[in-house]
Formats: sequence, structure tokens, C-alpha cells
Amino acid sequence: MNWFTRVRNSITSLSKRSTEKDLWVKCPSCQQMVFAQEYEDNSYVCPRCGHHGRIGADERLRQLLDEGFDVLPIPDVKEDPLKFRDTSKYTDRLKKARAKSPHKDAFLVGSGAIEGKPAVVGVQDFGFMGGSMGMAVGTAFCQGAERALTRHCPYIVVTAAGGARMQEGILSLMQMPKATVMTRRLKEAKLPYIVVLTDPTTGGVTASYAMLGDVHIAEPGALIGFAGQRVIQDTIREQLPDGFQRAEYLHKHGMVDMVVHRHDLKDTLATLLDYLAPAKAA
Amino acid sequence: MISYLEFEKPVAELEQRIAELRSAAEGDDVDISNELQRLELKSANLLASTYQSLTPWQKTQVARHPSRPHFRDYVEQIFEEFVPLGGDRTYGDDEAILGGFAKLDGRKVVLIGHEKGNDTASRIRHNFGMGKPEGYRKAIRLMELAGRFGLPVVTLVDTSGAFPGVEAEERGQAEAIARSTEACLALPVPMVAAIVGEGGSGGAVALASAERVLMMEHAVYSVISPEGCASILWRTAEKAPDAAEAMKVTAQDLAELGVIDRIVPEPVGGAHRDPRAASASLGNAIGEELDQLAGYAPHELKRLREERFLALAG
Ligand SMILES: [Zn+2]
Repeated sequence: MNWFTRVRNSITSLSKRSTEKDLWVKCPSCQQMVFAQEYEDNSYVCPRCGHHGRIGADERLRQLLDEGFDVLPIPDVKEDPLKFRDTSKYTDRLKKARAKSPHKDAFLVGSGAIEGKPAVVGVQDFGFMGGSMGMAVGTAFCQGAERALTRHCPYIVVTAAGGARMQEGILSLMQMPKATVMTRRLKEAKLPYIVVLTDPTTGGVTASYAMLGDVHIAEPGALIGFAGQRVIQDTIREQLPDGFQRAEYLHKHGMVDMVVHRHDLKDTLATLLDYLAPAKAA
Repeated sequence: MISYLEFEKPVAELEQRIAELRSAAEGDDVDISNELQRLELKSANLLASTYQSLTPWQKTQVARHPSRPHFRDYVEQIFEEFVPLGGDRTYGDDEAILGGFAKLDGRKVVLIGHEKGNDTASRIRHNFGMGKPEGYRKAIRLMELAGRFGLPVVTLVDTSGAFPGVEAEERGQAEAIARSTEACLALPVPMVAAIVGEGGSGGAVALASAERVLMMEHAVYSVISPEGCASILWRTAEKAPDAAEAMKVTAQDLAELGVIDRIVPEPVGGAHRDPRAASASLGNAIGEELDQLAGYAPHELKRLREERFLALAG
């Protein structure tokens, strides 16, 4: 993109972006001010340093699926099963999260195609309560797998979560075996299950469906791990190594197959599906 | 010598008075049997009533009690034979997770579980029951072995959680836990899991994704430790008692939620007061569950297990 198109784009978007502040975003990595439109056009990757910003589920589905995909409704689950309350009520926290989000929980499933190849894509949205895995996330994950089984097509899951939804207590923990029941069914049906690990993927999500893929792709710089860094530091009382729990570090230690730039993600998935997708998909 | 928990202080005081009275009476002619009897009854009643109404946080402390029986104690008391097997065939042998062939009243099983240790040296050797990737990979290996040779799997779960360390992360702690959970779900043989002390998060689930999950009366099972939950949601670990309450971590709560199938009674005052009685109670329960599952075909067992978890929270 040259300077002129950038300027032109900024003019067309001026109506949406009323204030000077909205025209610019600060990259959380290099701290430089980036033109908002340029950032958006670059799939929310910093054009200066290549930092991969966090994106919502809708944006991710748009980036990965061909036009005209269906979005599955987020399943209804029992709300606040424990009547949980810390410094505020869980139901209030949910209300707040929903007011800021287009969706009622943190996992969204799109059913469509990737470069013409049938696929179901599930996306975990860090923007909704840190992407935390509770009953809604677990159930939506399972429904995505169910849809892939019905369509007899691959299932791709983009993970992002700070961990389990503590406010659902043990029921959030039970989503780990529950999701694993479905990854096993995909395996038995010989359908590919591909995981895209994005920033951050930690805790019970990593220790279940995020690490059970036939192929693991990670976005550059993504934090991926089981235990939190502070917990590890408190336990071992040593300095953590450079780049610890980052995508490149996991690649080096054999936990992910590849680290792929967001611009190349859809192409990469299409290439993998070319090898793995079943001959006949519905 | 019993080590008393904070909330057991009134019981401790009574028991101390009884002990003092006893030693004072030795060689003395004064008859104190009535007084002793009265105090002993009072103490027993107090202990029983205390343990009948433990709060979730108190239960957490009982579950972590240093003299609570652990894997090796149960092996000795419950199983007439144990043939330990070691190693993940890739990296090493993790002594936080033990396993092997075992016999329970003649029933041949593969037994796997966390061992916390019971003194400083053994606690270090067993890494306080916090498994590393090689421990979970050993468990996977043993489960696959059990499946191939038609041996039911019994697990004793007792961990504060999987080990949080640099090397554990490098060797794929998350992957090892995920695969271990998967291995449970894939078993073509019966699986009975018992949470005997602490069921801490993913490190527990990895050995507890069974069709029958039992829990000792004063064990706890949770997604995160009460301290961890409190420090995140309340921003201070001092609110751990509140977090334990809110998260519903007790066997009684989890039975109500349908997360566990059976509560195994403990002797009055907790398993640590009478490990032999606790073991007998656990051994009976596991034996009964194994017998009930013995008639199922492999595909029925898998279906039972799958439906159990799909039905949870849907
Ligand atoms: Zn930048």
C-alpha cells in the first residue's frame, strides 16, 4: 500500500473515526503509533514490528473462511450454575462482558469453506472474559465438532484463553474431558482436526483440545503454555529463559509444527486440507 | 503423635487433658476412670460433630493433612500385590505418578496414582505429588498396556496440580495432560478413579476421566486451588476460604452437581486418624465398582464414559 492510498483510506474512514485519537493505535509491542486503517488493512498485524494483535471471533472467521459462511448460534447452557460470587456476581460479570461483545460467550463457530474446501472453524475470543473456558465454550466447541462430523469435513479451532472460567468451578474443568470426547470422535471418523494457537493460549485449554490437533500452527509471538509464568517463577525462583512459552519457543521444543504469519494462515490451512481433507465432503 | 489442624484445637485440648490425666493416674490409687470416660466421650462427640460440619476450606486442609494416607499407604493396605512399573520410555521415570499391576481381592488391575510422600525426603523424591510430563506419559503407557491386556484401570488421584516448571513446559506438560485424558477416554476396559486427597485441576483430570469417579468424604476437587482462585478474583490469597466456598470443591457438592458418582466414607476425624479403616472403606468401594463394570463390553464402557462427560454441563 502506498502513501496515497493510505491517505485516501483514512479520508473515507474519517466519518467513522470522529476523533484524532481513533485515527491512531499504539502497538503494544513496539509502542509506535500506527494508522488505525493501516493496522486494520494489515489484518491487525503491526506494520512496523510484525506484532500480531488480538482479534475478535468475527474478524477471524472473515479472515479464514470464504465469503458466505454460516455462523452457528452460540448454544444455551445453564447460566451461573454455582451462583458464584467473588467481589462481584458472576452474572454481573457476564452482563458486562456481553455489553462489550457482539456474542454471548467466548467461542464462535463458522461453517463454510477455506479456498473452496469445506471446513468448520471454531474461534475462541480472548475479548470475552479472557476467552475463558466454561460450559458455553466447551459446548460450542463440541457443536463445531458435531457440525464437522455431520458435514464430514475438517475441524479447525483457533484457540485463545487465559484458562478456565473459574466462576463455573469444577464444571469448567469438566470441559477438558468433554472436548476431548469430540476430538476423539473426529479422529475415529478420520477427519482432520487442526489447531491454530493464538495469543494467549494457557491453562486447561492448552492441556486439552489445544494440544490434541493433527497439526499445530501457532501465530508469531503467541504466548502458549500450561502454567502461568508468575506461578512458575514463584515455584522455581529463577529467571525464566528468553522467549519462554512463546510460539517460536514451542516450535523449537517440538510442541507446534509451524509458526505462521497471519497473512499466510488461510493459505497454509488450505495447503494442509489438500493433504488431509477426506475425498468426499458433504 | 497427631498433628492437629487449626480448627481441631478444642479437640486437641480435650485429648491432651485425657492424656495428662492418664499419665498422672499411673501408679496412683485415685480412681479416675469415671472422669476419663466422661472426657473421652466428650472428645469423641466433639470430633464427630466437628467433622460433620466441616467448611469447604476446612476440608481442603483435611485433604492436605500431612498424615493423610497417600498412594503407597493405600497400596499396602488395600492391594494384596503390587508390581510397580516405571518410565515413559522417552525421558525418565517420574515418581510423582506411580503405577503398576495390582491385585484387589483377587481382581487384577493396573493401578496408577499420585504419590505426595510422607516425610521431607520422600516428599522431595515424589515432588509433592506434582506430576511432570514423563509421569503423565508413563500413565498413558500403562493405560494402553491395560487396554491391550484387558486389565481394568484404577487410579488414585491426589495432587495439588501438575508441576509448574520451565522444564515441564519445555517437555510438553500441556500435551502430556491432554493425551493422558484422551488415553482414559479411549480405554476399552473398566476405569474407576478415586479422588483420595486433592484433585487439583488438569493434573487430576488427566487421571480421572473415568466412567466411575469416587471421592473420599473429605477430599476436594477443583479447577484451581482456593488460594489461586482467591488471588486472581479477590486479588488476595487470604480470601481462599471464600474461594473454596464459592467454587464448590467438596465431595458433597460435587455429588450434587453430578461430577462424581460416589462418596467413600472416612473414619470419624478423617482418614489420617485411622488409615486402616479409611483404606478398608476405599478398597470396598473400588471393588464394588469394578464388579459392577465387569459385565460391560468395551464399546459400552467407552460410550458410558463419553456420555458421562458430554452430559456434564451441556
Ligand atoms: Zn509494533
